[in-house]
Amino acid sequence: MTAMMIDIGIMAAKALLVLSMVLNLAGLLGWVERKGSALIQDRIGANRASILGFAGLGLVNTLIADPIKFLTKEDFIPPRGDRLLHTLAPCVALFPALVTFAVIPFGDVLMLGDREINLQVANLNVGILYIFSMASLSVYGIVIGAWASNNKFSLLGGVRGSAQMISYEIAMGLSVMGVLMVYGTLELQAIARAQGDLLWGWLPAWGIFLQPVAFLLFFTAAVAETKRIPFDLPEGESEIVAGYHVEYSGAKFLMFFTGEFAEIVTAAALVTTLFFGGWQLPYLLRDGFHFPWGTTLWLPHLLVVLLQVGAFTLKVVFFCWLQILVRWSLPRFRYDQVMRLGWKMLLPLAFVNVMVTAVWIVASQNSP
Amino acid sequence: MKADPKELLSESMELQMGPSHPATHGTIKFDLKLEGEKILDCDVVVGYLHRGFAKMCEQATWTQVIPYTDRLNYVSPLINNVGYALAVEKLLGVETPPRCQFIRVIMSELSRITDHLTCCGMAASELGAITVGFYLIEAREFLMRIIETVTGARLTISYTRIGGVKHDLPQDFGEQVAKAFEKTRKLLADCDRLLARNRIFIDRVSGTGVISQEMALAYGLTGPVLRSTGVNYDVRKAQPYLVYDEFDFEVPLGAKGDNYDRFICRMLEIEQSMRIIEQALRKMPLGPVLLDNPRIVLPEKEKVYNSIEGLMHQFKIIMEGIQVPPGEVYLAVEGGNGELGFYIVSDGGGRPYRVRVRPPCFIAMSAFHEMIKGHMVADIIPTFGMINMIGGECDR
Repeated sequence: MTAMMIDIGIMAAKALLVLSMVLNLAGLLGWVERKGSALIQDRIGANRASILGFAGLGLVNTLIADPIKFLTKEDFIPPRGDRLLHTLAPCVALFPALVTFAVIPFGDVLMLGDREINLQVANLNVGILYIFSMASLSVYGIVIGAWASNNKFSLLGGVRGSAQMISYEIAMGLSVMGVLMVYGTLELQAIARAQGDLLWGWLPAWGIFLQPVAFLLFFTAAVAETKRIPFDLPEGESEIVAGYHVEYSGAKFLMFFTGEFAEIVTAAALVTTLFFGGWQLPYLLRDGFHFPWGTTLWLPHLLVVLLQVGAFTLKVVFFCWLQILVRWSLPRFRYDQVMRLGWKMLLPLAFVNVMVTAVWIVASQNSP
Repeated sequence: MKADPKELLSESMELQMGPSHPATHGTIKFDLKLEGEKILDCDVVVGYLHRGFAKMCEQATWTQVIPYTDRLNYVSPLINNVGYALAVEKLLGVETPPRCQFIRVIMSELSRITDHLTCCGMAASELGAITVGFYLIEAREFLMRIIETVTGARLTISYTRIGGVKHDLPQDFGEQVAKAFEKTRKLLADCDRLLARNRIFIDRVSGTGVISQEMALAYGLTGPVLRSTGVNYDVRKAQPYLVYDEFDFEVPLGAKGDNYDRFICRMLEIEQSMRIIEQALRKMPLGPVLLDNPRIVLPEKEKVYNSIEGLMHQFKIIMEGIQVPPGEVYLAVEGGNGELGFYIVSDGGGRPYRVRVRPPCFIAMSAFHEMIKGHMVADIIPTFGMINMIGGECDR
């Protein structure tokens, strides 16, 4: 009985930890985006809001002033909009972005006493499929929000958004196929573990080295899924004002907004897990570093786990920053160009990648 | 209408874009008829910024019109000042001193650069390349600071007077310009790498907003929109005014008449304008910057306070205005967006009988539906952006 209680407690703690990690990272990304874009554009960026003269490099602005402002705004529902759907849409948009993280491993196993804790909220054996099914739910948030707003600009945004997200999901799913075939599993923890192997005795068997084309395709599709420049057509602030969330204000807008940032974090975590070794640090095994030139550095277990979690976090932050960098340097596509890129470039390339990988795997299995 | 049950009922969607819409800066409205995202029809509604410029001018003396011209094209107000002053001087039959003419050329070209930078920067940032937009606006800022040190204002400049300019350039003007141009060129090179050779940007702008040479001429388009179709018409070359015929500069031309050509034309014109300014600074003669004619130019304060003639001249110009002989005149200068014409009628008094402006962007907007029909909603953004419609000038 008590063992079960402890298990439940551990599960809850892990879920809480991951949720707070994602939400905090999403919140911090707002700050990174503001200050980062200011850095890129030779501006100062947010620095007005301060507490007793302390602006904290704009942190006060993003983390305190903004939420208060969002939460105290009028919650506007268009007079002819659908009240229920209008309220439901932001929840539907935020929910998948948050729960996707459940299957992403953020570390190996943590040994507490004789208890083995898998550093992953839910170790599903169909991890990847779960992620795609959740990601495909997020399109409903957009479509419902756009429809419930009873606004033509929203409608255009919703149509654009649904077409774009469905198209890129296919390319995204196919690009991951190669990775799954190489590692032979759908389980994300197993994929992360498999990336600890070494190729030719020195090169970590990360996805990027085994499936470079898949990485490019997946990263492009993932950026498209987050609906940010250059793929921010559903919002397209200069042409359709703000697209599907033009009629949203206050906390509901904040939910859309947080959902977008949570998607960035999730995309970064997925790229990390599938292509950059997840929580793996090169040559770090469960008992310490084993360098290819023979040196061995023994480390205590707790330190190893901390290093792994740290490596994972650092990689995720790096890919978040990369996405912000992309967002602030590229112009926006046009609707038909995005469709053409998705269907005529990414999809065939993903197919070819799958075929080549299949042939390669069969060939390497048959050769002695 | 009874729908055929076998056919899906479909109708086009009407969408009113503007007047309060992020893309319709300058306040304008597009009544669009859409089929999905394709534009079937586009009706341009202008006039939201109408202030009665022509009527206001009739109430003011010739000199008092100058501040009104600041507010025509407010991203290059100096060109408007110069154009109006030149038109009145033509009617008066006087010519300003050579140094004044050089100063007017320099200030016009500085304004042209700020105009093009604003246009390209805003168009870029509306296409999502916000960073490039900021870079170009930063470059504009260097030039705006120079304009500020010369005229004392950034936007409401009123630098020209009938018969000259307000005052001479500051001592270190040449150095300031050289420094600003160096920084501007660096930013333009950045912009070239980030934007002009960016595949996404090229795909967005090339092949959109196309207008044929014949159509452009038929609508009376001028400026970069006309030159992008390959027609070599620049007022500075066609009917040289001021001292433009003394400088060596080229008129960049496009070929296809699309937004990409317009963008490139503008970017190349920035370089040509910088060349003109550098030549003008080398060639600029010394001398007065105002006419020595007490019936046109206000006397110095020294004379007003110490001599009866000075006081009388001051009183006459201030109270009655400059006496312009009866007649009518049309004079065009090359504005940032094309031929900026002033048609002025005088009935011999101290106030204009009629001041009519030929705004280049109003005429460009009349051809807008030709450029956009059959394209997509998103194509409105670069097309409208590269016309650079300025509400103050379009609606007057």
